[in-house]
Amino acid sequence: MASVDTHVGHDVQQENWGGGAEPFKASYGKLMMWYFLVSDAFTFAGFLIAYGTLRFSSMSWPLPDFVFAKIPFYSGEAPLIFVTFMTFVLIISSVTMVRAVQEGHHGNKKGVVFWMLLTILGGLTFLGCQAWEWTTLIKGENVSVTRNPFGRHTEDGVYLDASGNETAETFKVGDSYLIHGHEHNGQVEFDFKKYKVTSGPDAGKVAQLEFGPKAFGALFFFITGFHGFHVFSGVVFLFVIMLNAASGLYHRRGNHYEMIEKIGLYWHFVDLVWVFVFLVFYLL
Amino acid sequence: MLSHEEGIRVVTRGLILLGIITLVEVAIALVGNGHVIHGLHLPKWVMYPVMIGFSLYKAYFIVYEFMHMKYEVPGLAKSVLLPTLLLVWGIIAFFQEGGSWRHRREQINEKNKENMAAPKPTGFNVTPADTKSFM
Repeated sequence: MASVDTHVGHDVQQENWGGGAEPFKASYGKLMMWYFLVSDAFTFAGFLIAYGTLRFSSMSWPLPDFVFAKIPFYSGEAPLIFVTFMTFVLIISSVTMVRAVQEGHHGNKKGVVFWMLLTILGGLTFLGCQAWEWTTLIKGENVSVTRNPFGRHTEDGVYLDASGNETAETFKVGDSYLIHGHEHNGQVEFDFKKYKVTSGPDAGKVAQLEFGPKAFGALFFFITGFHGFHVFSGVVFLFVIMLNAASGLYHRRGNHYEMIEKIGLYWHFVDLVWVFVFLVFYLL
Repeated sequence: MLSHEEGIRVVTRGLILLGIITLVEVAIALVGNGHVIHGLHLPKWVMYPVMIGFSLYKAYFIVYEFMHMKYEVPGLAKSVLLPTLLLVWGIIAFFQEGGSWRHRREQINEKNKENMAAPKPTGFNVTPADTKSFM
């Protein structure tokens, strides 16, 4: 080999094959974090596309601002206010994460620990909010993975009272309803209200409320649960890395606190996924 | 590497931008569904593209500013972002499938109603007349 290699060729060979070169000028850990996030993005995208498909396939779908209209300490309707708060919690925790990474670049250990602690608090707040949201849906409104008492009317109509007479309560196509349930001997009993149809080919017929599309509960709990699990594991990783940073481990490694950057990528990704979960579940 | 002041500026800008976009999105959802001004509803084809556009911009901002994609070499950005284009096909294919599924459901509903409207047979004269002679 050496007899045919020119001097320049040998240099190129050393440069490319001698080891120590970083593809894309990123360290192994950072690059692999990016590719993990790509695969995770596909997982979430698969779930969200499944949500879209099932929603498209249903004759009606519960209206988000009717389903998600509860806030703590207030009994009235406050559509989307609580999830907006949750979104802000995640945005703020993303911002504090950016600050932690910046402090890491400056080699400021105290700054890193302080901003990571705030990020962790943000993550825990988000998880607490999600726990409250789930409790409200499961305990208060009896939604489960296989049952969805939220629906929307497909015809105009008027509700009937117990003896079958028309009441003053009327509704139009597209109006939302929740079938109220109450606990009785450990079982939930639902009040499937009777109504008389006043529009369309079925006008005059008496019918009773039916559960909304079943897939709604399963999709909601599965997708927000999967995201919540990401937040939870993110909080665990953040906590471990914060302790490591506080112990001076990353300072001794002398690579500008790269670990903070990597967990930062993960944490921003969790916020990124929430942008789309928020869009499809609460806005559209 | 950003200086301390530059860093603060990036963070403040991000916080304000993401916060305002989120508030605008929620405002569109609430106004469009008639929660703010009674009786006012915006058509879905106006609301949806705007909300989807804003969300995509938020995603872009998080990836490029917060996750520093802006400062990575183009090859890294391409190897991460180009594969996500596959999702465009996924969305088209599966939404088409969902739409067709719904069409089938509608058809079944219609057929069910037809059966209910049809007159009931008057007697059980469906078996051939000579059936009984063998019994």
